[in-house]
Amino acid sequence: MLGRLRGMLIKEFIQVFRDKRSRFLLFGPPVIQMLVFGYAATLEIRHIPTAVLDFDNSQVSRDLLSRFTASPYFDVRARLNDRRQIGELIDRGDVTVALQIHAGFAQDLRKGRTARLQVIVDSSVSNTALIAVGYVNQIAGRFSQDYQRERLFSTSPLVQSQLPSIVLDRRPWFNTDFDSQWFFVPGVIGNLILVMVVSLTAFAVVREREIGTLEQIMVTPIGRLEFILGKTVPFFLIGLLDTTLISLVGTLWFGVPLRGSIGVLAIGAILFILCMLGIGLFISTISMTQQQAMVSGFFFNMPAITFSGFATPISSMPEFMQWLTYLNPLRYFLDVLRGVYLKGVGLDVLWPQMTAMGVLGLVMLTISVARFHKSLD
Amino acid sequence: MTDNDAPPVIVRDLVKRFGDFVAVDRINLEARRGEIVGFLGPNGAGKSTTIRMLCGLLRPTAGQALVAGYDVAREPERVRQRIGYMSQKFSLYNDLRVIENIRFFASLYEVPDSVLKERVSWILDMAGLSGRKSTLTGTLPSGWKQRLALGCAVLHRPPILFLDEPTSGVDPISRRQFWELIHTMAAEGVTVLVTTHYMDEAEYCNRLVLIFQGRIVASGSPTELKQRAMTGELVLVECAPLGLALDLLRQTPDVADAAVFGNALHVVVPEARTMIPRLRTHLSQHGVIVARMEPIRPSLEDVFVSLTAAQGAGGKA
Ligand SMILES: Nc1ncnc2c1ncn2[C@@H]1O[C@H](COP(=O)(O)OP(=O)(O)OP(=O)(O)O)[C@@H](O)[C@H]1O
Ligand SMILES: [Mg+2]
Repeated sequence: MLGRLRGMLIKEFIQVFRDKRSRFLLFGPPVIQMLVFGYAATLEIRHIPTAVLDFDNSQVSRDLLSRFTASPYFDVRARLNDRRQIGELIDRGDVTVALQIHAGFAQDLRKGRTARLQVIVDSSVSNTALIAVGYVNQIAGRFSQDYQRERLFSTSPLVQSQLPSIVLDRRPWFNTDFDSQWFFVPGVIGNLILVMVVSLTAFAVVREREIGTLEQIMVTPIGRLEFILGKTVPFFLIGLLDTTLISLVGTLWFGVPLRGSIGVLAIGAILFILCMLGIGLFISTISMTQQQAMVSGFFFNMPAITFSGFATPISSMPEFMQWLTYLNPLRYFLDVLRGVYLKGVGLDVLWPQMTAMGVLGLVMLTISVARFHKSLD
Repeated sequence: MTDNDAPPVIVRDLVKRFGDFVAVDRINLEARRGEIVGFLGPNGAGKSTTIRMLCGLLRPTAGQALVAGYDVAREPERVRQRIGYMSQKFSLYNDLRVIENIRFFASLYEVPDSVLKERVSWILDMAGLSGRKSTLTGTLPSGWKQRLALGCAVLHRPPILFLDEPTSGVDPISRRQFWELIHTMAAEGVTVLVTTHYMDEAEYCNRLVLIFQGRIVASGSPTELKQRAMTGELVLVECAPLGLALDLLRQTPDVADAAVFGNALHVVVPEARTMIPRLRTHLSQHGVIVARMEPIRPSLEDVFVSLTAAQGAGGKA
């Protein structure tokens, strides 16, 4: 028994680590993707490409526009003088927002009439559009408030000093800077481990089926548990190593603090990787070719990531979907990652997630082992 | 292995269906100790399917197969200890070195350390790979690869060997060497079941089983088969144009059969001596230039063509 398992493991490790390219493929892409996603995956929307048309061209209108130029949320890319250019720029996707100040803007303000600032947004990118309008509102609101105060000050300074105002007192917990990278980086760790472990495991078995070596192995007296252990142990270890590497990138590069214990994180990672090995093996039992494995993998990965709470909060999903997320190991692993990283909580809080992953992992591995037969039909 | 005299391979009414398709249709077979049994048949005849059932890789739909005394459907694990198998696809790891492949399969068969060294050098020697044990298997020429695969399949010294087209894509010299190895093993008492496409290889077998559309259409020693199958004599015709000649011959009343073999025709007639002059004049009258026309001894391929033709006609009727 041990002799055969040892033989399997030696062979797997030789194959995995034989050439530089496959060695790199195990560890390079996850780290690179961590860097890329770490920057790209963020809730904040900044540098919205913007065009401005200032038909008023007054001191006041320039003051208003300069507030947009100075804002980190807007990137004024074009100053236009013809309305028709807007359509063109939006069609090409060069700008998402266009601001138009009509002639007489300053005059209207001076006379105490309502002055209009026209905002044109490309709402095909609805999320960004919505947020952009919010920012425009905020800047324009500040502007009119300041303008009113100035007017009041020049006419009746006393009244101005008595004007009340409400200031929001923000006390964010855990992520004090509202840094969305902090929120996303742990999630990216989960996603990468999912994709890596599922595809490595599925492909390792299916490749052997495709090239015919699986048939040769199946006529030997090897037990199916020996075979499956031989196939999964290497990827279990590689998965753990990848977790360590990309977690290091998260902490050292993105500065996401690891507030909780590494031990708790490790337990979570181990349980999650077991679940993913189960999924990978399952895919390998239903795929005859690597191409089929790739498609099956895709059909698992996409929903698993979408319905994990990685980008969209689970609470804002339809109720039916919310129920489905309870079957998704990534949902629990994200809780563990964010809990340990940002809140510093331990097993006393995370035990339900750990238990869920343990149970799911056990079920998936059992199903896959049961489905794996030493025969071709 | 309870009974030493029982044939190592006994197949009774073995059937394999894939859905509605019958790939193997009530095959009966026995192979004695040390016998080399050749499975012959065109593509899709059901040779691999039969061998896979005997290895416990496919479950028979009906019938029974006893290998080394064990029922393959009920005790496949016991069967696996006692057989060696080379599948139709080359199935060693191309990305492992020669020695790594040997060690891997040795570990699966739990070859004890005490004999491993001796077996390794035996394989390297027999495959002609001494001094090349660190070569990547994928870079070996196919003849060497096949011998290495054979070596790995018999690492545990199985009494029964199943070889599925072991020599396809291998050069003639390597094929000869390969068959010498098989003969050596058979002489030591190993029972060998081998499938092949090469008719010349069939002559190396003690017994042949001709399979066509999942059924055994004939079996016997190569000589027996040749005698039994050919009712009539065989004439070789080298001529041009071939197609026209074939049509003409097939329409000639006394010609039992005519078929293309390479760049010549093989024609079956009741008596060669009297028929040759008749055919010669008949062909030249229709503008066929005959370069050669003479009686020849039938090869297994002729036997095969005549048997499957008979079967095909019978099947349609
Ligand atoms: N798993 C399967 N499912 C469905 N049909 C199959 C399966 N395996 C084989 N067949 C069909 O059964 C028939 C016999 O196949 P088999 O591989 O046994 O032929 P063969 O005699 O080995 O031919 P070849 O010389 O091409 O190797 C073929 O028509 C094949 O398409
Ligand atoms: Mg075949």
